[in-house]
Amino acid sequence: MLSKKTKQVLLGPLSKNNPVIVQILGICSALAVTAKLEPAFVMAISVTAVLAFANVIISLLRNTIPNSIRIIVQLVVVAALVIIVDQVLKAYAYDVSKQLSVFVGLIITNCILMGRLEAFALGNGPWESFLDGVGNGIGYGIILVIVAFFRELLGSGTLFGYQVIPQAFYDWGYENNGLMILPPMALITVACIIWVHRSRNKDLQEK
Amino acid sequence: MNKQSNGYTIIYASVMVVVVAAVLAFASLSLKPQQTKNVEIDKMKQILSSVNISSDATNAQDLYKKYIVDSYIIDKQGDKIEGNAFDVDVAAQVKLDPDKRELPVFVCRLDDGAEKYIFPMYGAGLWGPIWGYVSVDTDGDTIYGAFFAHQGETPGLGAEIEKPMFSDQYQGKHFFVDGDFKSVAVEKKGQKPVNGAEYVDAISGGTITSKGVQSMMQNSIAPYQNFLKSLKK
Repeated sequence: MLSKKTKQVLLGPLSKNNPVIVQILGICSALAVTAKLEPAFVMAISVTAVLAFANVIISLLRNTIPNSIRIIVQLVVVAALVIIVDQVLKAYAYDVSKQLSVFVGLIITNCILMGRLEAFALGNGPWESFLDGVGNGIGYGIILVIVAFFRELLGSGTLFGYQVIPQAFYDWGYENNGLMILPPMALITVACIIWVHRSRNKDLQEK
Repeated sequence: MNKQSNGYTIIYASVMVVVVAAVLAFASLSLKPQQTKNVEIDKMKQILSSVNISSDATNAQDLYKKYIVDSYIIDKQGDKIEGNAFDVDVAAQVKLDPDKRELPVFVCRLDDGAEKYIFPMYGAGLWGPIWGYVSVDTDGDTIYGAFFAHQGETPGLGAEIEKPMFSDQYQGKHFFVDGDFKSVAVEKKGQKPVNGAEYVDAISGGTITSKGVQSMMQNSIAPYQNFLKSLKK
């Protein structure tokens, strides 16, 4: 079903071309929503949905958009999609939307979106653009979930809100690491992932 | 047609704006009823939490109907005034002068027949608004339960006010000390309020949010003094 090129478009962003840990885009939201797994997960899905559809719409319009206002057109499309996602979450996933609060709105400013629209959707057909959006959204989501996993486990002793570190540990004097919940630890966790990733992919290392 | 001409650009932008506006207006209108319902259910959940009844999105409405037997609005003198207590915008009311506020009261009757009075609170934390509900016994003094929520306090620090570990501390505290309204203070472990008020332990690392809870309760409950005193008799 997928040719070699489209496969590359879809799977590339998962590792060698990852938007977060290779291109270092979208770090801002990666720090903000990763204190717990659940918001990180919903954020990943929201970004993937917005990115895939924005990519398709811009790709369909790419031959009609006047060059002088193309950034504005991209922003309008993204902003409209984000508002729709926000409204849908408020209507059908109220608790999650309360948790994400302002961060859904901030998807608009997520650098990955503008980057993909400008670099890919403007020059490729809708199907490739869709796959590119899904690929990059998932690439972003994976990192978010990994970071959130460590931050929630070490910071709160829970996963998806369920207690996983047994009470006995606390009785022996184990303490949750409050630092993991603060934004700086997200940055350090992302840096550790980049470190591991680069040491496994030698071709990514700068000489 | 020249796609780079000014005319084309202006027409393109205008059409785009109209289309997007129409789509958003449609989305907003069609989802509005569901969203309003969610907000109401959430409010019912919060009110029920303050009398230590836990509910979820599916049973909140039924439980609310079952336990909240009456609700009305009072003024500072404790006299009932017109209006629907559930629809009062507490956020707007706390900004007004205490004499002019509409003060909602929710009356809850528990399974054992005991009545509790529930009052809403609204104030400011570190990053944004905090709010909550507190319930008192029929003596108008002893706190039966409390519930706090916040919009964007720091997870693990200020955000801990919404955990039972913090709010359960309020159970059994008293608003009045020797007949004077003192509210309930929030103090760092080991410290005591200077005015002799009863107090709960603050959250370490969440000092500003903790102090926000203290002033929220003081500011929101103080206008109910006359009502509370009238209950006491």
